[in-house]
Amino acid sequence: MWPEGIDAVTQAATAFTIVFGVIFPAFSIGWIGSKAMEAIGRNPEASGGILTSMILIAALAEAIAIYALVVALAIKFVA
Amino acid sequence: MNLAVLKTPRGCSTLIVIVVALVGLFAVGVLRKEAELPVISLAAEEIPLPFSEPVLHIPNTLPATWLTMFIIIFLVGVPYWVTVRKGGPPSRFQVAVEAVAEGMLGFMKNVAGENARLFFPLVATFFLFITLNNWCGILPGFGSVGVWVAHHSEEVLAAEEHGEEHGEEELTAEHGEEHLVLVPFFRSANAHLSTTLALAIVSVAATQYFGLKVLGIPYLRKYLNFRASSPKPDPAQKGLQGIISKFARGVEILVNGIVGLLEIVLETLKVLPFSFRLFGNIFAGEVLLFVVSYLFAFVFPVIFLGLELFVGLIQGIVFAMLTLVFFSIATTAHHGEESH
Repeated sequence: MWPEGIDAVTQAATAFTIVFGVIFPAFSIGWIGSKAMEAIGRNPEASGGILTSMILIAALAEAIAIYALVVALAIKFVA
Repeated sequence: MNLAVLKTPRGCSTLIVIVVALVGLFAVGVLRKEAELPVISLAAEEIPLPFSEPVLHIPNTLPATWLTMFIIIFLVGVPYWVTVRKGGPPSRFQVAVEAVAEGMLGFMKNVAGENARLFFPLVATFFLFITLNNWCGILPGFGSVGVWVAHHSEEVLAAEEHGEEHGEEELTAEHGEEHLVLVPFFRSANAHLSTTLALAIVSVAATQYFGLKVLGIPYLRKYLNFRASSPKPDPAQKGLQGIISKFARGVEILVNGIVGLLEIVLETLKVLPFSFRLFGNIFAGEVLLFVVSYLFAFVFPVIFLGLELFVGLIQGIVFAMLTLVFFSIATTAHHGEESH
């Protein structure tokens, strides 16, 4: 159908997938970090536990971006 | 920096070996043909076996799984075997292994309370297996040592069909040379969706098992809930108010039943994000290492190796912690029961 166009469409789909998939996890990781810093500032003795749970929750938020990355890779290399 | 070590013959020969190895690596990098970005395959490839007709389909993630299994058996089995055989005071190795296990148990007691010992074997195994698997994936040789095989999957067939559409000339131009693809012998086990899916299914099934074991049959009320938590309406109530209160109770039972069905769906669907999170992180890490070492052959990828070590540890912790949290949610009584 589109002799050259099909490749361009795949590339654009890959790029848009990762761009829109990364926006909100980026916000959420920033928010998690800022809230954790706030909590440490208020209660410096609890910094160990706060950092542990912060990394855990940041990994969960990051996983959303990873879903987008997997979909982007699937579009790029499989479809 | 202490350079005295270089004056000894052993230090000198070590230095010479290192320099020769580095020069050799640079020479290989300069002299070899133009580098080609390896084909990244989302699915695990099959190890090509030296039979004409393969009887066994062995994915290349299996050796990594075995390697991790042997490491865990070694770590746990050797101290046990030594103590049982020899008796006497525990060795330093055993103390180190026990310190790791006790650290994990202490961490789990913060989350799960008195049930921590019940959950410990499964959760600790998840953590050790996933973390060691992730770390195995960045060993040298993973993803780079393999055989070149002619690629004859759907991709090329599709490309050939595609080629037919715009004439024979381009077909010969594009597919004239042989299309070879590197099939690595080793691949990180968690970069295979089947492995992570299996881990997730085990985790979700064990959640149900522990819920049933600790709470007994009342655990099933989470899924098959046909009771209303509000008190039974007074049968003496007559008129419109009585009808309304009976109707409200019926609606509550219906809603509870639907919520129970939704819980079943939710519990089943938990497998998906569970497995995709781990698979995505590890697979993305592999692709990242591929691409980075394709762009800069030396020194720079080391940063990303360190990042992958960190990500591997974090993903192991995340998987084990989520499993633990689901276990402890499943084994605490439903708050509808507490209100009675």
